[in-house]
Amino acid sequence: MILLSHEDWKARQGRFIALWTDARHAYALYEPGELVAVELVDNAYPALTHAGAGWFQRLAYDLNGHKAIGATDTRPAIEHSRDAEGRGPWPEFKTPEIEGVHQVAVGPIHAGIIEPGHFRFSVVGEKVLKLEARLGYTHKGTLGMIRGKSPRLAARFAARVSGDATVAHSIAYARAAEVALRLEVPGRAVYLRAVMAELERLANHTSDIGAIAGDAGFAFLDSRFALARERICAASAAAFGHRLMMDVVIPGGVAGDIGTGGAVAILDALDALEAELPSLKRVFEDYASLQDRVVGTGIVPPALAAAYAAGGYAGRASGQTHDARLLPGYPPYETFALYVPVERDGDVAARIRIRLAEIPESIRLIRDMLHSLPDTPIAIAPPTGSGGGLGVAESFRGPVWYWLRIEGGVIADVFIADPSTLHWPLLEHAAATAILADFPLINKSINGSYSGVDL
Amino acid sequence: MWKTVAKHLLSRAAEARTADPAVVQSLREKVGASKLGRSLAIRHVSAGSCNACELELRATQNLVHDLTQYGLSFTPSPRHADILLVTGVSGKNMREALLQARAAMPEPALVVAVGDCAVDGGVFKGSPAICGGAGGVLPVDLMIAGCPPSPERIVLGLLALVEANGAPARAAMPRREPR
Ligand code: SF4
Repeated sequence: MILLSHEDWKARQGRFIALWTDARHAYALYEPGELVAVELVDNAYPALTHAGAGWFQRLAYDLNGHKAIGATDTRPAIEHSRDAEGRGPWPEFKTPEIEGVHQVAVGPIHAGIIEPGHFRFSVVGEKVLKLEARLGYTHKGTLGMIRGKSPRLAARFAARVSGDATVAHSIAYARAAEVALRLEVPGRAVYLRAVMAELERLANHTSDIGAIAGDAGFAFLDSRFALARERICAASAAAFGHRLMMDVVIPGGVAGDIGTGGAVAILDALDALEAELPSLKRVFEDYASLQDRVVGTGIVPPALAAAYAAGGYAGRASGQTHDARLLPGYPPYETFALYVPVERDGDVAARIRIRLAEIPESIRLIRDMLHSLPDTPIAIAPPTGSGGGLGVAESFRGPVWYWLRIEGGVIADVFIADPSTLHWPLLEHAAATAILADFPLINKSINGSYSGVDL
Repeated sequence: MWKTVAKHLLSRAAEARTADPAVVQSLREKVGASKLGRSLAIRHVSAGSCNACELELRATQNLVHDLTQYGLSFTPSPRHADILLVTGVSGKNMREALLQARAAMPEPALVVAVGDCAVDGGVFKGSPAICGGAGGVLPVDLMIAGCPPSPERIVLGLLALVEANGAPARAAMPRREPR
């Protein structure tokens, strides 16, 4: 960590990832993992002007009461000012002052089986002029629950920050704890973690692509991709004892070795997916009515993606080459010559194509890793030490970062940056390029986590 | 087409599912008077989940678990719903919305808590940001534990609700593994 003066803090350039505060400092994280800080003066620090800093500064105020001096956006992030009965004031959503504009309110309860959040659209006819997302509905006090726990106990919370990325969150968390406690993880655990992370990527990519197609009326793709996901989840349960592989990654290694028959179950699921993928891809590419819904819809231009340092498929569909598995990089990926697809169109179709291209790559990685599993122990016990650390892992939707400070075997402070934090503003931009009826497609194609940002 | 038919003939018969009779009995005593019949519509509300419960809930609709075959379907409108299915803790920020969803449902209605969070707060029990599980906000009729509960478990739980509400089923429906 580098302590900066207020001027240097404000002038700092780079791809901004996250900002948070503790009792004495404000911290900012830049790619590929540079941590800078300023001292708080009167519970305040100078606001950063990076596009992505807004949500983090609002969150820091809601969580810790620390003000960002000079911030233009001071709306609450997760603080809804509820009374004991759960009632509270509705915020005002500003409408563009143009004749004929009206607002459409959606949520917090959505139509589908998904998390809660409120979307306020300002529309003229069908055309969306502005979208404002109000989040914070899934706020569970996760950061507060982690503080004061041992690294082993706190792993249960890291695994539940965003359930669809439970493995990636657990890996990023474990790696932060391992840096803090100067632990060297055994090779077998490193490989098993990566196998699980790639399975998680496949499970999400398959079901999400299917769900987007389903929203465009292609129920067939939806059910076939959902079946692929189901096979992966069943194989994960056979191999690691849990369909989503929750609580398997722990600081120091993994909680259990791959079960008997687990590798075979995984390889069978991969074979089935690989066999069916070309025909599913052809349906996606060949039907004009499907392409019509996704091509040119919900565009995130490369410059905008760069300004928000967008990661994962949201960034890679808009010209961003970043992947935390390569930069900063972490084992065992350096052994497997990872291929990362990149496109520039930035529409729903490009985001789907990126994910379609990532599927064979994850299949290859899992096969290679399962065939070269090192023969070492699967974990070492973390010592009761002290220290600080950063950890990162590439979830299916982008890099997940954890920052930890451990004192005497107990977590004194923690911050979690899910890539969704930088993707929600992109959704607000992308929605305003389209009509209201296309919003479900755009939303699913970016697929921000609500729980992952509501912390 | 012949390939498809052949594939179907080759597919394995899947195990028929039946609800736990003890659960059915206790549900019948509790909610049996509601007589909602065997076809129930579900309105799902996440009141503060980590989203894994939603993943498994969605998986109940896939080709393997096929919830719809039991007469259970999801509806976007609480006005059409017989069951309010809650996942996640009851976050303070969701309390009002959850109560409104329940109030919008026609009576009689059933409330099902799915997942440890909805059962009693799960790992988040004691957090100042939550009102506990679904029971902290609403009376709950059925709890399906697990973190997250598997789709199989969710289906069996809901099936018990169907059995408790309607006339006994004829023979269990034959099923086949999808290919
Ligand atoms: S019960 Fe577990 S899986 Fe379900 S919402 Fe809670 S933490 Fe997530």
